[in-house]
Amino acid sequence: MEISSDTFLDNASAALRDTDKAKRRDFIAIATPQIRKAAIDEFEGFDALRKHVKRIRQHSLNNLAHYLEKFEQEAVQNGNRVHFARDGAQLNDIVLDICQQHGAKKVIKGKSMITEETGLNDFLKRGNLDVVETDLGEYIIQLAGEAPSHIVGPALHKSADEIGELFLKNHKLGDREFQETENLVDEARGVLREHFLKGDVGIIGSNALIAENGYSMLVTNEGNGDLCANLPDVLVICTSIDRVLPRAEDATAMLRLLVRSATGQPQTCYTSFYSGPRRDTDIDGPVETHFVLLDNRRSDILTSDYREMLECIRCGACLNHCPIYASVGGHAYGSVYQGPMGSVLTPLLTSLEESSALPNACTTCGRCAEVCPADIPLPDLLRNLRQEENDKKLTSSRWRSGLKLHSWLARHPRLYQWVTGIVIPAMHIIGGSRGRLSRLPMASGWTSQRDFPAPESRTFMQQYKARLRKNHEQ
Amino acid sequence: MSKQQQKQVPPTPNRRVTLFVTCLADLFRPSVAFACLDLLEEAGCEVVVPTDQTCCGQPAYNSGDREAAIPLAQQVVSLLEPADYVVIPSGSCAGMIAHHYPSLLTGEWRERALEVSAKTYELTVFLQDIVGIPPRSPIKAARTSVTYHDGCAGLRELGIQNQPRQLLKNLCGVEVDELKQSEVCCGFGGTFCAKMPEISAKMVDDKLENALATGATVLTGGDLGCLMNIAGRARRQGKELEVRHVAELLADQRDIPAIGEGQ
Ligand code: SF4
Repeated sequence: MEISSDTFLDNASAALRDTDKAKRRDFIAIATPQIRKAAIDEFEGFDALRKHVKRIRQHSLNNLAHYLEKFEQEAVQNGNRVHFARDGAQLNDIVLDICQQHGAKKVIKGKSMITEETGLNDFLKRGNLDVVETDLGEYIIQLAGEAPSHIVGPALHKSADEIGELFLKNHKLGDREFQETENLVDEARGVLREHFLKGDVGIIGSNALIAENGYSMLVTNEGNGDLCANLPDVLVICTSIDRVLPRAEDATAMLRLLVRSATGQPQTCYTSFYSGPRRDTDIDGPVETHFVLLDNRRSDILTSDYREMLECIRCGACLNHCPIYASVGGHAYGSVYQGPMGSVLTPLLTSLEESSALPNACTTCGRCAEVCPADIPLPDLLRNLRQEENDKKLTSSRWRSGLKLHSWLARHPRLYQWVTGIVIPAMHIIGGSRGRLSRLPMASGWTSQRDFPAPESRTFMQQYKARLRKNHEQ
Repeated sequence: MSKQQQKQVPPTPNRRVTLFVTCLADLFRPSVAFACLDLLEEAGCEVVVPTDQTCCGQPAYNSGDREAAIPLAQQVVSLLEPADYVVIPSGSCAGMIAHHYPSLLTGEWRERALEVSAKTYELTVFLQDIVGIPPRSPIKAARTSVTYHDGCAGLRELGIQNQPRQLLKNLCGVEVDELKQSEVCCGFGGTFCAKMPEISAKMVDDKLENALATGATVLTGGDLGCLMNIAGRARRQGKELEVRHVAELLADQRDIPAIGEGQ
């Protein structure tokens, strides 16, 4: 998985200076929580369902090997081939191999985070394949040559004008104007239709693998997944091993949480179940179907303190409710996974060394955990990652020693009060009649952006002890 | 009703309360601690202030230094164990003690932390839900327009929302002018604001903008960290806003300069 998370602060800084984009993000950050809230308020029993699904997810993960085997058995029975990929490179190899075996030239893709994670598109292109994303958002960022900025809405950062420009540049359709957003959608539909018809291999993702019948469930709003799955002769479903659930009803229970949390809809426009290749009685469908199931460190996560992260259903609610995501946007994270879930997952899928800013991109405000339909304690997991950074000494030594000193002093109340009894009145005097300090050598991060309110006077303890002494004397 | 209230110890008359003033109030805003003393006494409590209290260990804990946070947590647990009730003028410190200590500590210390957790209350929760401080009559405070900033830990870990608003109404006759996006973080986040100052500044600017849009002249809240962040940014930007801890308003202490204001 390729990331550029080590430059998070620089990326963030650049994003903050782009005021047009920042306005757009502000708007989305206000609108998306409202949309979700309306959907959840209207839906009774969200919390009960959340608990229920959590139990199922935990049960599936506790018995992951069993359910994966069961799934494999059933899927093979249905005529699919099932491949397991240890890491991203292996997934890419498997998929390229399938394409080459069929002499494919054009691959059409539905939205799949797993193939974003493995960088499949670039890999296939290097293998001389023409790869076309058919989810509108993914298609837009493919034209723009960008990474997704949001796990659910990959092109949420693009305005209609920008999309219009991209279309004018890339679709050779002569002079035209896009009055309404609908015009853009119409044009994309027309252009994509041609691609759909020419696809040799279709690649899609999966929202759940169902162990009891070997089916894969996929939800989309555009129906593009179904076209990718049914028009080409070969279908490849790429997903990760943690997506497996015991029964079909578990998948649909999860779906009720997922869709409301993601887009505020009660249901997406399309919910599809894929069973396998076309049977003799079917009028259409692929002739050959493959599942490629990615591990990429997930079995390590399963046995770690971060296993709850595998319960994530990729709804994007934590991104939509994260004030840091809202401030800097998805690209700043330098990863296909952004926001709170990305800040946990990216270090786990790559390394803390490459992404050490991410666990710190959080005020532990807890809004993500509050809305997470999978009830994942994201701030706690981020704090655990900070613990690892601290243990591995990845944080700045100045910070570490500053904190150590502070904690050591705080463990020696007398000394602490003696020191603060000198420093605080001095700061009060320096603050003077302005009541604030514009610069503080030990807190330059703070004073780079704001004044530091000067201490009001001597410390409380100084005053309180003096009061006690006075009362005692009287 | 707060999440805290459900685990309460049955109230007894003349409650003995141990006040944990928090390091920020101790160092930067003693009036908050004095206001707490006044309010708790007004509510008929006997108040004890252990003089060897320092800090609850949040900075180390949130920065991933458990090794440093654990002995501090143990120190605070020992300090607060004898108390009948522990009252803290901060949602985040109360959350640290009530919510995080039991998961930070293990074994016997965990048990002890759980006992302390069960009797630890944030100030406004204690005054409103536990002692039910009676409304004042006549109400003393001058009429002023006030907006309220909900600190994240208080709001989400402890369910504090209604209590400070009710108290402002009962004790000061103030109806809070609600700011938009009130559930969104102000960008303080402890060490976050110093580690990622630019992002933090954007967040506090949004908060300030929403606060000023209410037309209120005073912004109050239950957490000094947030308030110092908001006041510090307001001063830097030359924005007029009187920022005070809610205890100061409730105890009618508006004669001292507001946070970050000079004489
Ligand atoms: S962590 Fe929770 S809120 Fe975030 S994407 Fe996953 S399921 Fe959704």
